[in-house]
Amino acid sequence: MPLLTISWALPLAGAILMLLVPNPHGSRSSLFRWLALLFSTATFMVTLALWYWFQPASADFQFVERVLWIPAFGIDYYVGIDGISLLLIVLTGFLTPIALLSSWVGIEHKVKEFAIFLLALEAAMIGVFISLDLFLFYVFWDAMLVPMYFLIGIWGYDQRIYAAIKFMLYTMAGSVLMLVAILGLAYLHSEATGMYSFDLLKLYMLQIAPETQRWFFLAFTLAFAIKVPLFPFHTWLPDAHVQAPTAGSVILAGVLLKMGTYGLVRFAFPLFPMAAAEFAPWLALLAVIGIIYGALVAMVQPDMKKLVAYSSVSHLGFVVLGICAMNVQGLQGGVYQMLAHGVSTGGLFFLVGMLSDRRHTRAIAAFGGLKNVVPRLTAASLIITLASIGMPALNGFVGEFLIMLGAFRWDPRYVVAAGLGVILSAVYMLWMFQRVYYGPVTDSHNADMPDMKAHEWAGIAPLCAMALFMGIAPTLFLKPMEPSVKRIVERVQTNQNLRVDNEMQNAKFKMQKQRADTRPAREIRRASYTIAP
Amino acid sequence: MLDPNLMAIIPMLCVTFAALAAMGAEAFRSPGERIAIGGLGVIGLIGAAISAAMAWNRNYEGFGVIVADNFGLFVTITLVIVGLLTIMFSSQVLERDGVPSGEYYSLVLFSIVGMIMMAMANDLLVIFIALEILSLAVYVLTGIRREIAGTEAAFKYFLLGAFSSAFFLYGIAFAYGVTGSTRLTTVGSSLAAQVMTGNPLIFMALGLLLVGFAFKISAVPFHMWTPDAYEGAPAVVTGFMSTGVKAAAFAAFARVFLSTFSQFKAEWAPMLAALAAATMILGTVVGVAQSNLKRMLAYSSIAHGGYLLVGLVAANDVGKAAILFYLLAYSVTNLAAFGVIALLGTRDRANDELRDFAGLWHSHPALAALMTVCLLSLGGLPPTAGFIGKWYIFSAAVSAGYYWLAIIGVLTSVVSVFFYLRVVVMMYMADRQGVPAPARVTGFGMTALVLAIVGIFYLGILPTPVLNLAAESIATIF
Repeated sequence: MPLLTISWALPLAGAILMLLVPNPHGSRSSLFRWLALLFSTATFMVTLALWYWFQPASADFQFVERVLWIPAFGIDYYVGIDGISLLLIVLTGFLTPIALLSSWVGIEHKVKEFAIFLLALEAAMIGVFISLDLFLFYVFWDAMLVPMYFLIGIWGYDQRIYAAIKFMLYTMAGSVLMLVAILGLAYLHSEATGMYSFDLLKLYMLQIAPETQRWFFLAFTLAFAIKVPLFPFHTWLPDAHVQAPTAGSVILAGVLLKMGTYGLVRFAFPLFPMAAAEFAPWLALLAVIGIIYGALVAMVQPDMKKLVAYSSVSHLGFVVLGICAMNVQGLQGGVYQMLAHGVSTGGLFFLVGMLSDRRHTRAIAAFGGLKNVVPRLTAASLIITLASIGMPALNGFVGEFLIMLGAFRWDPRYVVAAGLGVILSAVYMLWMFQRVYYGPVTDSHNADMPDMKAHEWAGIAPLCAMALFMGIAPTLFLKPMEPSVKRIVERVQTNQNLRVDNEMQNAKFKMQKQRADTRPAREIRRASYTIAP
Repeated sequence: MLDPNLMAIIPMLCVTFAALAAMGAEAFRSPGERIAIGGLGVIGLIGAAISAAMAWNRNYEGFGVIVADNFGLFVTITLVIVGLLTIMFSSQVLERDGVPSGEYYSLVLFSIVGMIMMAMANDLLVIFIALEILSLAVYVLTGIRREIAGTEAAFKYFLLGAFSSAFFLYGIAFAYGVTGSTRLTTVGSSLAAQVMTGNPLIFMALGLLLVGFAFKISAVPFHMWTPDAYEGAPAVVTGFMSTGVKAAAFAAFARVFLSTFSQFKAEWAPMLAALAAATMILGTVVGVAQSNLKRMLAYSSIAHGGYLLVGLVAANDVGKAAILFYLLAYSVTNLAAFGVIALLGTRDRANDELRDFAGLWHSHPALAALMTVCLLSLGGLPPTAGFIGKWYIFSAAVSAGYYWLAIIGVLTSVVSVFFYLRVVVMMYMADRQGVPAPARVTGFGMTALVLAIVGIFYLGILPTPVLNLAAESIATIF
């Protein structure tokens, strides 16, 4: 059974089906809510089925489907998943129904269109994670912008139009340069073999000159860095997150940002290993700046949603740091952190959405003492907050720990800065928690605030359970990705090695090795990144 | 079997007869009688399409000056599609606007004859005649509503058009002076023999012909007439001339420069590359500042001319085929976008300002959705025809080593997405204030729109058959 095709075609089919059902004057809104929930839950089941039949011991791409699409250019409909993409599509499948629940009552008008765009978005996101053909990947990557644009622009808050356009243009500006690089890669392939190809696995094998690698790596990385978002390309994110409706924020933070880091892992680093080695320290530097900067800016935000948005900048910095370390721990930690951040930040946006639905404000100052009014919401909030901080036994801890371990083996200086980020995250998250939930009820409007409703329970309970589960049983998630992570690390490291072939570089290699032998152990580890032992 | 000379010109003859029949029907109808004159045009165009399809791969030559090769036939079929969509849109707006349908349809059909002739011409003078046939008809169509704006636009268009024709004719004269012939093949072989001489007259010919073509495809800096003419003309006519004229002019442009003057590629490629860059940049940057939708789309069509020029500059097989594919994709998309504008107008109000589209989603959800698809296709977002077209053009540029043109191209597409999105913002995210919602749209106009959208998605998702046809089409001329 073509499970992978079903996994993205099912939500799309749901969207098309809903398009055909008329909704006179919004009279059938609840029908569309339930239909969307049905389709997104079914999609989640499909992704779970994929996990069930996935062979965790193998590093190869599984469930591969391949159909000729545009043969003249070597473009195929070519999909397959390894451990990393598997976990990310499960995350997508998991978060979409939750996102829907988070806007269950918040979205009152044009529910039909809302549901259509959300399902179309899910289809495109899954498509991004399963594509093994660069052309197909780009199609999904760009197609994803349109539904997200509408979700922010139609159902967002006051500044929604500005935020939507900014989101779209920022992301496109980065990705079109990647398009040129993709075309360049296909052309290089035709130079080398006489045939165009967009097949990722074939392009991995391509020998690319260092200078070309540099340019292409920068083009790919710019696209992904904007998506992540890496400092200083993050300015679209606070706008988009804050203005988006709750469901949009959950999806944006939960899945969309991961497309950037996924792109680094799947495309930028393995395709251009030499350039990656060269630029990794700089990327890591930006990542560390992002960690600290995001945390500091988050600390002073008066708006809860903006605070959570900036915390994403900080947390995604960790992911990029782990990827840049490019060793098994770092990369595993990076991927784990992507999942953990999806769950915990998705949850944070959900909770902020609940509060702002009740009070129509997101200002921290408007709340206070909620613990006595809404104890259940407070409990859920506490779990998610601690998960986001990286409390041991919750999901955030495992990822950050592994990333720091990996980064330490590469260059401990980054870890010092990143550790500071961990402390700061505790400061801003706990401070927000304290101001919102503890103390006396300062505003009389809050006194009779209702506690969680059924649909909110249905959304937040799985998130809390998952945060806990990922914290105590991380192996379950680390196992399936391990062979794939090892494969990528090997590919990046050995290709760097293989390509040190001309005399000059050989001489340099020897020289560095000699120097390395006389240096303290820390330095050797650093050198071992650029030239694998 | 008919004489091959005749076979080559049958597509043109079909349309010519339809045009004459349209005139006749108008002349002989009794006052007050209603005749579906557009139907005659549809019959003629379908005849042209069938005869073009039958001539595929046969390479008929008509009297030495017309070549019905696959390249010309591909463009012919594109033009037939343009004509059919135009007639379907027109059928709903002519009566509303008080435009006499006999004259209108025969002018449209005559200009299509000129366009087809231009795409198939194998002689510089025939290209010139074709250019005049199509231009004269389009000048009249621009001012057919006899209002101030339309008349002014027609007059401007006519003056600048005549000016560019003079350039073109002068270029032909120089080419004839150097080679002693106006037949493209003879000119080409004679020039090939003179490559080394460095005769300055060759470059005079090259430059003047370039200017003539650049006017017709509205490349910067020869684009001045475009925004005014496009804004002043009725929306259907604007759609028609922004696609048909461009397709025909590009076909002739490609034929002359890629075959006849191919020996001088080193000379004209840098010039065209500069033109392409300027056209893409100016078209999009100025487009951002427009508040009238027709004017905005005029600048957007200038920018699209720039993308087509990139394919011409690349001048490799990918580029040649990319021009053909892009012309088809662009024509369908742009025509549909202008179709929406035309259908939304009323007799007293053109409804073509950006703010007229406010809240269209609430009053006409289907129309807003169709317009959005057109705009996203113009912006080059997948999975639409525009995306495949741009991807094809830019891969031509990259494989010819013009990375910088490809980068300018993709960046200007991002800028263009900004102004296309302004329309989307209006339609979906703004409220309609004061102005009453335009009437519902049904009938042929809606059918044409739906067909165009199906075409946009078909070309965007399953482009292989058309890509292959385009790739086949370029084999014969170069």
